[in-house]
Amino acid sequence: MGLKTFIQGWPVYRQLTGTDPLGRGAAAQSPRSAGLTARTETADGMARSVCPYCAVGCGQRVFHSGGQVTQIEGDPDSPISRGRLCPKGSASKSLVTSPLRQTKVRYRRPYATEWEDLDLDVALDMIADRILAARAETWEDVDEQGRPLNRTLGISSLGGATLDNEENYLIKKLFTAMGALQIENQARI
Amino acid sequence: MAEAHPVGFQWVMEAKKRGAKVFHVDPRFTRTSALADTYLPIRAGTDIALLGGVVRYILENQLDFREYVLAYTNAANIVSEQFADTEDLDGLFSGYNPDTGSYDHASWQYDGQEGNATVRGTGKERDSASGLEHESHGEPVPARAPRDETLQHPRCVYQILKRHFSRYTPEMVARVCGIPEERFLELARAWTENSGRERTGALVYSVGWTQHSVGVQYIRTGSIIQTLLGNMGRPGGGILALRGHASIQGSTDIPTLFNLLPGYLPMPHHADHPTFDEWVDSIRHPGQKGFWGDSRAFAASLLKAYWGDAATPENDFCYGYMPRMTGDHGTYQQVLNMIDGRVKGYFLLGQNPAVGSAHGRAQRLGMANLDWLVVRDLFMIESATFWKNGPEVATGEIVPEECRTEVFFLPAASHVEKEGTFTQTQRLLQWREKAVDAPGDARSELWFFYHLGRVLREKLAGSTQRRDRALLDLAWDYPTHGPHAEPSAEAVLKEINGYEVATGRPLGVFTEARDDGSTAIGCWIYSGVYADGVNQAARRRPRHEQDWVAAEWGWAWPANRRTLYNRASADPDGRPWSERKKYVWWDPDAGEWTGYDVPDFEKTKPPSYRPPEGASGPAALAGDDPFIMQGDGKAWLYAPGGVLDGPLPTHYEPAESPMRNPLYGQQANPTRKIYEHPINRMNPSPPEPHSQVFPYVFTVSRLTEHHTAGGMSRTVPRLAELQPEMFVEVSPELAGEVGLAHLGWAHLISGRAVIEARVLVTDRLTPLRVDGRIIHQVWLPYHFGTEGLVTGDSANDLFGITLDPNVLIQESKVGTCDIRPGRRPTGPSLLDLVGDYQRRAGMTPDRKVPVVTTDAAGGDDAAGSTDEQSAAAHQDGEPHA
Repeated sequence: MGLKTFIQGWPVYRQLTGTDPLGRGAAAQSPRSAGLTARTETADGMARSVCPYCAVGCGQRVFHSGGQVTQIEGDPDSPISRGRLCPKGSASKSLVTSPLRQTKVRYRRPYATEWEDLDLDVALDMIADRILAARAETWEDVDEQGRPLNRTLGISSLGGATLDNEENYLIKKLFTAMGALQIENQARI
Repeated sequence: MAEAHPVGFQWVMEAKKRGAKVFHVDPRFTRTSALADTYLPIRAGTDIALLGGVVRYILENQLDFREYVLAYTNAANIVSEQFADTEDLDGLFSGYNPDTGSYDHASWQYDGQEGNATVRGTGKERDSASGLEHESHGEPVPARAPRDETLQHPRCVYQILKRHFSRYTPEMVARVCGIPEERFLELARAWTENSGRERTGALVYSVGWTQHSVGVQYIRTGSIIQTLLGNMGRPGGGILALRGHASIQGSTDIPTLFNLLPGYLPMPHHADHPTFDEWVDSIRHPGQKGFWGDSRAFAASLLKAYWGDAATPENDFCYGYMPRMTGDHGTYQQVLNMIDGRVKGYFLLGQNPAVGSAHGRAQRLGMANLDWLVVRDLFMIESATFWKNGPEVATGEIVPEECRTEVFFLPAASHVEKEGTFTQTQRLLQWREKAVDAPGDARSELWFFYHLGRVLREKLAGSTQRRDRALLDLAWDYPTHGPHAEPSAEAVLKEINGYEVATGRPLGVFTEARDDGSTAIGCWIYSGVYADGVNQAARRRPRHEQDWVAAEWGWAWPANRRTLYNRASADPDGRPWSERKKYVWWDPDAGEWTGYDVPDFEKTKPPSYRPPEGASGPAALAGDDPFIMQGDGKAWLYAPGGVLDGPLPTHYEPAESPMRNPLYGQQANPTRKIYEHPINRMNPSPPEPHSQVFPYVFTVSRLTEHHTAGGMSRTVPRLAELQPEMFVEVSPELAGEVGLAHLGWAHLISGRAVIEARVLVTDRLTPLRVDGRIIHQVWLPYHFGTEGLVTGDSANDLFGITLDPNVLIQESKVGTCDIRPGRRPTGPSLLDLVGDYQRRAGMTPDRKVPVVTTDAAGGDDAAGSTDEQSAAAHQDGEPHA
């Protein structure tokens, strides 16, 4: 290595003479960091998304490779958030890739002290049976004056503010057809 | 705002850079206070007194935007001579019925229109939270009311307002709120000086305003100020609600709520709406002015979307299938019913009431008394493990071997594992693309409910039961894709938008809705989100390629309008109020409204338009009636109906307060929803004796690093590490008084629970000098529970259940408690400690909370006159006689 190469390789020299006077980019690069590629550049794809926490609605870019989320960043195109995310939004890759996430159906029998496993299809079928039983047991056709009631007060539901509009729509539609009136969500809280 | 909506707060900072003055009012000094020009500490639960002081300041000094007020509000309307104000009745309005705890609205009407009142004091509207229907429109009123344009008539709204707030002086603000007079005047001056033709001011609030027994009236007071100052419908103005969940606005518009149907149509009531026609007429009020005149078409189109081919004009579109309300079916009533064994099954869909709802113990004991519970969430939350790890297992109140609740935990898909729309806090829909498949058994709610419906219908096939027709006739054939048969979210969005039944053509706007069965619309206010068959919510034109309104980013309801009632940004003649604040205006050459935003007005109706005699619906709105969803096209300074606890806001003390109300003999909201259930014992407040057993005020809010009940943040390592532990913030003065050590432990006691927390002694909390005494307030985050990476006691356990009468939201931003040094007891002795406090405070199971505390009502349960109560009031240093 010649003296000139040595001096030119010195970050302070590059900072003073190059395009990076604050020394936060090219001037501070080592050969190793110069050879690195951002994982956002090599991602299989990027989904335009929205932060799942509060209702400001910050834009997110969700990068993924091999079917896994590899990075979530603020969307600089968004007129709402201009690319920014708060501590929670910035942590949303940790949220969706968390090893603590439940990925299996869990079932607790009456009077049991522990969880057990259950197939999703079986769970769906059991829940449907319980809905029908609750309706049969608690159904109210008419009030004491013969006016229609068409309902069950034996079934309740809570939640919706973290879900999509399309999901809330189907929930309300199905519960209404079931006669299940007691639907509520975080908007009441 | 900087704490809980940090990225939204960047726009406050942008405004500040451009010269805006920022005021922050909060019981606790936060990151918002640090960045504001002025911070005003306030006693929790007294904002109406502060805002009422601003109203008085505006009126006494004649600082209202008079031209705007005269043209666009009901300031000139003359009110019935039967109306009596809280000034006359010691804190009650006329029409109060102490037996039902509610008002007959007849005397609140405009002069000569007393018969128009829709509420006659039954309390039915309170039980059905009917105030929520007004999210999109006002209460019906006759289009023409007697007016005095000089504002001199003693019974005109302007003069009534002036009298009503006349005692809300700077001295009174200081006495009630603990805000020094000069600080209050600084706020009042800045607000008025920065409003008018050339300037606008904005008001931003969140659940610190709504979660009160007078929550709706907080917002009403704000809207009176903003209307008097001409800040509504104009750029840089408005009242901005910062909502706390990604699509909480969407789940109100397309409601998973008991009392509403999509687009704020009311859920039918068994007595009021036995037939389709009666239901529709209760919404549209035949002869009414404004856009609700078309509601028959919205209602018919919703039922058509629900029941498809089965819904015909001949069978009233299957209206007969609709379930009917008979009273209060809200979440807190449900929980008490669970405790009483009346609910069989419960679904929890991304919500964690064991931590997030008021009175956590009631929530958990309710869940422990179900037949079955279905929890759908990303993580194992407290509401799924109450039978195993809940605080009641420690006290012995829940024994797993004796708890019969069958629990299904079904893992949910995250926001990147499904596609669909969120509606953010300003009514903007944004479509999310799917990035990856959900892991294992995790599924979207779309998947779960579509397939649940499919299985239910399969099981019921061939049923002859009448009750099963609604399920069997349901339009439930959504296209699916992929290995798990995921339903198409876009197909559901198209149904929400609405379409022409014969051709399937998506509707472009809600005015295309028909009442003959030829259109099906899932949510009429969302019509246009799928206009031209294009997913408008997926639009993402970069902000640099469009103007500051950014109309091509996502889609806002209604009709992609970004600022509601923006006709008010122009003067009555259609000209901008000022060049600086121009937004939407009339273009006489083109003969239409134009501007930066989609005009919130009929596009070609000129400012000079006057409705012909006998007109109804939109045609009855004049060319200078900007508030088009109101029955009279005007903004209401005074509400002759629709607000159940009064036509004007009034300061009442919170349901639990250490103080007697300095303004009126009436202590707390006389119409608040009270649940007299053995589990729901409320701490006594003056004039009841023993309030000194719970001498301190507590309030709760969010940390930047956590989200609501913690299910999406205490489970995330980076966030858990940033805020690892439950704590309580106390002032140095209180720490000295009680003997609390910084970083040591304290426990807090209410009539419901005991919780413990680490102590943070900080001058972020200030002892307030209020009405001649010192009030200490403490602050807690409400995010903690027993599951996740970091755990702690739940602050919401301290609260009892008392609700606002208009929308049934609970008072969970203020309560009273005691605080003591050291850790709380564990096991059954914890219950002994609560029992000891209940005994000392006289909270016997049969005690009735006094609702009326003034003799003005003349009711049987008027309290406040016994020797014991007077003594208690005196003991609290309260001079009110």
